[in-house]
Amino acid sequence: MRISGPKSLKIGEKLARRLLVPREALLANFHSADGEVLDQGILLYYRAPGSYTGEEVVELQAHGSPVVLAMLLERCVELGARLARPGEFSERAFLNGKLDLVQAEAVADLIASGSRMAARAAMRSLRGEFSRLVEQLDSETKRLRAEIEASIDFADEAEDFIDAGDIGRALGQLRAEVSKVLEEAKRGQHLRQRPRLVLAGAPNVGKSSILNRLAGHERAIVSEEPGTTRDLIHEIIQFAGMEVEVVDTAGLRESRQAVEAEGVKRAGRAMAEADLRIDIWDAARPETRGVWPDAQAGQARLEVINKVDLLAESASLNDIALAISAKTGSGISGLRQEIEAALGGEQGEPAFLARSRHLASLRRCQEHVDMALREHERGAGAELVAEELRGAHRALGEIAGYTTAEDLLSEIFSSFCLGK
Amino acid sequence: MSAYNSASPRDIRFAMRQPEQGADVIVIGAGHAGVEAAAAAARMGADTLLITQSIETIGQMSCNPAIGGLGKSHLVREVDALGGMMARAADSAGIQFRVLNASKGAAVRATRAQADRSLYRTAIRSCVENQANLRLLQQEVTDLKVSDSRIVGVETALGISYRAKTVVLTTGTFLGGQIHVGVNSLAGGRAGERPSTALAKRLREMGFAVGRLKTGTPPRLDGRTVNLDAMSVQASDDPLPVMSFLGSVSEHPEQKPCYITHTNETTHAIILASLGDSPMYSGRIEGVGPRYCPSIEDKVVRFAERGSHQIFMEPEGLNTQEYYPNGISTSLPYEAQLALVQSIEGCEQAHITRPGYAIEYDYLDPRGLWPWLESRRLEGLFLAGQINGTTGYEEAAAQGVLAGINAALKASGRSAWSPSRREAYLGVMVDDLTTQGAAEPYRMFTSRAEYRVLLREDNADSRLTPQGRELGVVDDARWEAFQARERRVQGLTNALRKARVAPDSDPAKRLESASGARISRDQSAFDLLRRPEISSTILRGSLGPSVHEGALCDDWERVKTEASYAGYLPRMEREIEQLKEQENTPIPEGFNFRAVSGLSSELAEKLERVAPNNLAQAARIDGMTPAALAILLVYLKRDRAA
Repeated sequence: MRISGPKSLKIGEKLARRLLVPREALLANFHSADGEVLDQGILLYYRAPGSYTGEEVVELQAHGSPVVLAMLLERCVELGARLARPGEFSERAFLNGKLDLVQAEAVADLIASGSRMAARAAMRSLRGEFSRLVEQLDSETKRLRAEIEASIDFADEAEDFIDAGDIGRALGQLRAEVSKVLEEAKRGQHLRQRPRLVLAGAPNVGKSSILNRLAGHERAIVSEEPGTTRDLIHEIIQFAGMEVEVVDTAGLRESRQAVEAEGVKRAGRAMAEADLRIDIWDAARPETRGVWPDAQAGQARLEVINKVDLLAESASLNDIALAISAKTGSGISGLRQEIEAALGGEQGEPAFLARSRHLASLRRCQEHVDMALREHERGAGAELVAEELRGAHRALGEIAGYTTAEDLLSEIFSSFCLGK
Repeated sequence: MSAYNSASPRDIRFAMRQPEQGADVIVIGAGHAGVEAAAAAARMGADTLLITQSIETIGQMSCNPAIGGLGKSHLVREVDALGGMMARAADSAGIQFRVLNASKGAAVRATRAQADRSLYRTAIRSCVENQANLRLLQQEVTDLKVSDSRIVGVETALGISYRAKTVVLTTGTFLGGQIHVGVNSLAGGRAGERPSTALAKRLREMGFAVGRLKTGTPPRLDGRTVNLDAMSVQASDDPLPVMSFLGSVSEHPEQKPCYITHTNETTHAIILASLGDSPMYSGRIEGVGPRYCPSIEDKVVRFAERGSHQIFMEPEGLNTQEYYPNGISTSLPYEAQLALVQSIEGCEQAHITRPGYAIEYDYLDPRGLWPWLESRRLEGLFLAGQINGTTGYEEAAAQGVLAGINAALKASGRSAWSPSRREAYLGVMVDDLTTQGAAEPYRMFTSRAEYRVLLREDNADSRLTPQGRELGVVDDARWEAFQARERRVQGLTNALRKARVAPDSDPAKRLESASGARISRDQSAFDLLRRPEISSTILRGSLGPSVHEGALCDDWERVKTEASYAGYLPRMEREIEQLKEQENTPIPEGFNFRAVSGLSSELAEKLERVAPNNLAQAARIDGMTPAALAILLVYLKRDRAA
């Protein structure tokens, strides 16, 4: 863990409760706010400008289970640090003249790929319930802002704008909502650490055989009988040093049989939540192509043709999709490479970092809503309540995407009949 | 004896042709943008020529007879702070004044004046005619003269040519104007006035990105045929508000109230039955109308569940019987207009003096402008007002001042000026326009300003007058009045910061009984002003007369406002610091966004289209992310160092 910037030294010293000497490794305990020891590790202090970024830098080496790292991170944030953007250390190093001009492009690439990874990791922790909650919170905030902004900007219109009592109630409700989402996020129950790969396709196209090939052992039961796989099968498989959760699913088809129908339903859910979907069809049965639903936004997808060993001439198939045979093993190493490329560098941004950023944003949102409530209660003007809500909305925007003034006006015009 | 007495006819023809006529700055159009542009350029000492199709209609209010309102009055005060005419004219023409949002905080309070059209026109024309360095010419401009992709002059319908160092184009709704009433449609810039067709054609030929927008007006009514007693009365506020920093209540003419009535189910039934003849609903109008200034047809269709809509009956002036029924803008056929008007309470016998109409007009995509309103395409050409896709007198006037200032700066070889979003609503507006464009007519709202708490009516002069003075648009009288006020406010602020109020002291007791506030610890009088329940009047009364004798009522109000928002300053300043840093990172002209590795092609394309001048503008493009900004920063820094 690296801290860069003018406050680094102070943060490092507060964390270790010891004085730091430049370029001297210090074995120390890392303390929480109430003095509890979080972890033991090594602290290194580099004085500006003789550091990687050219700023005051403190480096921390902890024992580092993700949980402990997350706690250390939160402690640093409490002490005044903020989470670096992807690639920000290199960016600062470059801006402070520590990297030469030739490296600028590399730095830009680093930021770009870093932010792609972060976005993917964020997506991972965002999918499902948490995402729904944040979106709901975002739209409620927008709704309330529209009400208040309309009452300010269209004061002379004959509309029933929100009154003081309603503002108070709405703020109270919003506050409860934010706390709820924050609690959800803290519990981290929707958090997944590993990228998830889902094998999907019609029955008997060879999904389970491919899983077994990738895993290197017989994980799933394979048979000639369509519909052998009923429930989801999860397997952790290493790809280029990165752990990936590979999920085998029931074949996609209408089934009157209750257990199989449930299996198909689960397959659908798994596909929707996948980071990477491998859509598989059977070379001998072209009708098995195109049974998959559209990919979700931000979801990667690979199309694979299996059982090419059954065809005499298979070379031209590679133009359509990746042609493999799980049975003979041909094309499997190519598939591994494609998977590695599609999930490339996923391990660079641990999910807990993405989650920490979300937590920080949600906390800021909560502070602003609290302030809005306080301003409202002490009888300050609506414009100050509106100002706090703008801050709250901006904080949420870091997770859900920013809302522009134009978006807000659209919300206003769709809910009120305004203008003369 | 004439000098030509001894000259040959050939010499005389030569002399008539020869003197090449010119000016430093030529302004085309004398609406709210044009007059402010011309006057501002002239105040800066530029030899200025204002060309209009009709000198009679200088300063004409084409739409409703009112100045100010939410967001708009802020612009009026900024025009005023830069020495402009609008606020002063409103003070001498206003027949009903109100402060909107009086119960909310100072940042969102807005002054609105109902103006006597004729008094307003007279006030503006008198300013224009008496402005040094400013000449008037009644002509229709038909062509722009270009040399080396720089504007060098204009030509009029009579074939008169004028050279100019810079030209400001403010054509309002006249550029390719097309008026619609029912199924009838005719070319026009305003009811009864000719449009600028030749110039519209020329601009398209020259390759400007031209779009169509739409706006409309309601029918005007003869007040003698309207029963105002059946409507509720809305009088001026007491005390009477003032628009200009230099204005006073004594300048206001006699006051006349507005009246309020409503449409009803019958009105709506008439409108719905006539939609087939509406140019909007039958597809004859292609232009995009403003959502916040909908026609009554739109309101009835879009909000079908509403049984009634409010109408303000606004007097057109002191010496006219005409009323402007604000709220029923329409382009339905005359018969339908008459029927809908007569279905309204109090208007049963109403006579329409001028039918309402919709007007479509050309505008040029404002993304083709620099933030100082100069065309990126044609050097030396400045654009202001509705031609940039805005609506409203105030938006036009504010752009006019900015364009006039910059036309004069450029004519004298000085560098351009434009206020930023943190300094002025004017800055918010030109930044929005030049980076986002105008998908519909652009109107100012306070919610567009992120630094709303800082951009107030009451501090417009503090924000802009010193800059205006430096630019040369602020005269001595205004400058002295401004400095005196700043000194008084500073003095009062210092005195209130020093004055301590201890619990149980006499002033504390007086404060507690007057405001109901509890004073539990020793505090400065300034800090006490932060509390909503302690007004400046209460504090002034409780402290006794000795605190700061020179201060006026307004000065106390100003300090109260500053105190109320003081808690927000550090946060705003942090945001502004970040913005400043981004503003100070210029993006060179012609920067190749596609060559920036790591930017998505979608974002690169957007950046290329908007062509932001600096990182702050890039940051406001939709879809922009912190990562993309960081990448841009790295590239910009590399290019600067290389």
